[in-house]
Amino acid sequence: MTAGADIERKLASVGYVADKGLATALRLALSLQRPLLLEGDAGVGKTETAKALAGALDTRLIRLQCYEGLDATSTIYEWNYQKQLLAIRAREHGEVSADVLERRIFSEEYLLRRPLLEAISLDRSPVLLIDEIDRADEEFEAYLLEVLSDFQVTIPELGTVSSKARPHVILTSNGTRELSDALRRRCLYSYVEFPDHARELAILKARVPNLEESLAGPIVDFVQQLRREDLEKKPGIAETLDWAAAICGLGIRDIRDDPEKIAATMICLLKTEPDLKAVTKETVARLAGQPA
Amino acid sequence: MTPAAFVTGCDAQIPDRVVGFLHHLRKSGFMVGTEDCARIAEHLSRRPLPPVSRMCHELKVLLTGNREEWRRFDKLFEAYWLPAGHVRTRAARTSSPHVRNPLRQDNVWQDHLSNRRDGLGGDAPRVEAEGAGPDASGEAAGRLVATLRSVNRKTDLKHVVDPDEIREAEAVALRLAKAMRYRLSRRHRTSARRLRIDLRRTIRHALARGGEPIELLRRERQDRPVHIVVFLDVSGSMEHYSRFLLQFVKGLACSWLHSEAFIFHTRLIRVTDALRDRNPARAMTRLALMAEGFGGGTRIGESLATFNRHYARRIANSRTVAIILSDGYDTGTPEMLATELEGLKKHIRRLVWLNPLLGWQSYAPVTAAIQSARPHIDHFAPANTLESLAAIEPELARI
Repeated sequence: MTAGADIERKLASVGYVADKGLATALRLALSLQRPLLLEGDAGVGKTETAKALAGALDTRLIRLQCYEGLDATSTIYEWNYQKQLLAIRAREHGEVSADVLERRIFSEEYLLRRPLLEAISLDRSPVLLIDEIDRADEEFEAYLLEVLSDFQVTIPELGTVSSKARPHVILTSNGTRELSDALRRRCLYSYVEFPDHARELAILKARVPNLEESLAGPIVDFVQQLRREDLEKKPGIAETLDWAAAICGLGIRDIRDDPEKIAATMICLLKTEPDLKAVTKETVARLAGQPA
Repeated sequence: MTPAAFVTGCDAQIPDRVVGFLHHLRKSGFMVGTEDCARIAEHLSRRPLPPVSRMCHELKVLLTGNREEWRRFDKLFEAYWLPAGHVRTRAARTSSPHVRNPLRQDNVWQDHLSNRRDGLGGDAPRVEAEGAGPDASGEAAGRLVATLRSVNRKTDLKHVVDPDEIREAEAVALRLAKAMRYRLSRRHRTSARRLRIDLRRTIRHALARGGEPIELLRRERQDRPVHIVVFLDVSGSMEHYSRFLLQFVKGLACSWLHSEAFIFHTRLIRVTDALRDRNPARAMTRLALMAEGFGGGTRIGESLATFNRHYARRIANSRTVAIILSDGYDTGTPEMLATELEGLKKHIRRLVWLNPLLGWQSYAPVTAAIQSARPHIDHFAPANTLESLAAIEPELARI
C-alpha cells in the first residue's frame, strides 16, 4: 500500500503538523484499511485530523456528527416520502400499473443518501469522519459495527449496496461514556494528547503566518503554562490560534508589557466563568513572565 | 538498536514470541483476540523491521483499545521485548518518549502482578465475584420482592454481625441493585407513550391502498433508563454501613449501563472500573489501593468539588440521577457543601441523598451540613436497612 507511506509529508503540505505518534497511527490505518479511533480531551485536534487527512489525500470528507437518539434513518438512508406521495398522487388516474409504480418510487431517484451510505457509494475513497461517537446510543454503535466491518448496506427495496472504494474511517470520542469492546476491537486506537511545545509552535506558525516570530514563542509558553493550571476547561489548539490572532489584531508587541490588556483577551482562551475568575491579572502576569 | 536485536536475531521465533507477547498482554487485562495475533505476526514479517520505538508505537495502535491500555502499553512492551540490561544503556541515549526504563515502573502495575500470585488477601473492602454464589444474572428474574423476602430485611445493617449474615446481606444488597434495573426497564416500556408517526412504514402500507395513507403507523419512543452517579461515603462514621452499601453500589455499577461510582472520605475516588472488574482478586487490589484512608474523616464538599470540576462535564447530563450515600457528618464547612451541591445540581436532574442514620428513631437531621444541604436534595431517605435501599427504586424511575 502506498497510500500511507508518505502521509506525514502530505499532511505537512496541507498545513497540518502531525506528531509522530498520530502520523504512525494514520499510516497504519491507511495501509491496513481499518477504522481509526481517536480519543482525547476536547480541543486537542481530533476532528481537525480527519479534515487534514481528507486534504492530504485530496478526497472528500464526509462527516457524521453523532448525537443521542441518532438512528439508522438519519445515518444511512431514507426514502423521500414527500416525493413518493407526489408521484403516487400524480399517477392516480394514469394507466401505470401498481408494479411499475412501486418499482419507480423505490428507485435511486427517490432515495435520500445519508452519510454512511454516501461514504460507501463513492468511486473514490472518501474520509468518513464519525464525530463524537460516544454521544450516540449503543444501538447505533452496534449497527456501526456491521457497516464498518463489511462496508455494505442492505436496503430491502433495492438490494445490497457494497462499497466501490473503502472509505478511510476516523472515529472520535471525548470519553463521555465507555465504547463497547466490540467496536474498539474493530478499530485501531490512538490517544491524542495536547500538543507539546514544539508542535504547538509549529502549528501556530503554519496557521497564523502573519504572527511575529518574537511573539509566537511566548504565546505558546503562556498557553502551555495555562494548561497546567487547575482549570475546568483547558484551552485547546483552536483557542491558542484565536488568541494569537487576537493579540496580532490588537497590535500587542510583547505579552509581558501590558497584563491588563492581556487579561482582557483571556476570553479567547477560557470558556467558563469560574475559569475566567480564577485566572486573575496577577496570574496572567505570572504566566506571561516565566518561560515554560 | 538494529531490528535484528529486537527479535533476538531469529526470524523463525517471531510467531512464538508474538503469541507470548499477546498472552502477556491478555494476562494484564488487555482484550486481545486470535485475529490480532495473526495480524501482528503478519505485520512483523512484512518488511524490514522499523526501529524499536516506532515498532512499539505501531503495535500500540494495533493492540490497545482504550486510554488505560494506551497508557500501560509501553511498559508492558518493554518488559516483554527488551532485556532489562539492554534498556538501561539505551534509556540513557534515547530521547524517545515511548521508551522508558522499566526499573522505574510504578507500583500500581507491579502490585497487579504480585497480587495475582498471592491470591486473595489484604484488608480491602470485600468484593464478591460476579456470578459467585447463586447465579447472579439468572437471578435478575428474581425480582425485587423475592429478593427482599429471603432475609431479615428490616434489620438495621449495623446490627448484622454474624459473618454468614454479613455475607448474605451483602449478596442481597448486590442483587437488589440488579433487580431494580430489571424492574425499571419493564416499567419504562409500558408507561412511556410518546408516539411518532413512522413515515417509512406508513407509506409502505399506503401502497396497498392505492397510496392513501389511511392507517397511520406509529413509532414508540425508545426506553432509555436513567443514568446514575453514586457517591459512597466510606469515612469512619459510616464504617458499619459502608461494606453493605459498597455491594449495593457495585450492583448498580455492574447492571446499569450508564452508571458511575465514586467513593469519598477526605478525597473523591472513581471506582467504577474497579467495581466492574471481572477478576475479583484484581478488583480487590484496585479498591484497596484507592481506598487508602478508608474510615478517616469526611470532606463531602471538597469531594463533590472534585467531581464538579473533573468528572461532571463528561459523566453527568440532564438524565442523570445522583445518589449520595452518607451520614452527613462533614468536617468541611457547610457553606462549601451547599455551594458544591448547588454546582452538582446544575449538571444533573435529581439528587437523592440516602442517610443511614435517618432510619434511627432518635436521630434528627440537624447537623449544620445536612441543614445547608437540604434545600438542594430532591429526595432524602434512610438507608439503614435493605428494605430502605429497595425503596429508592421509584425515585430512579421518575424522571
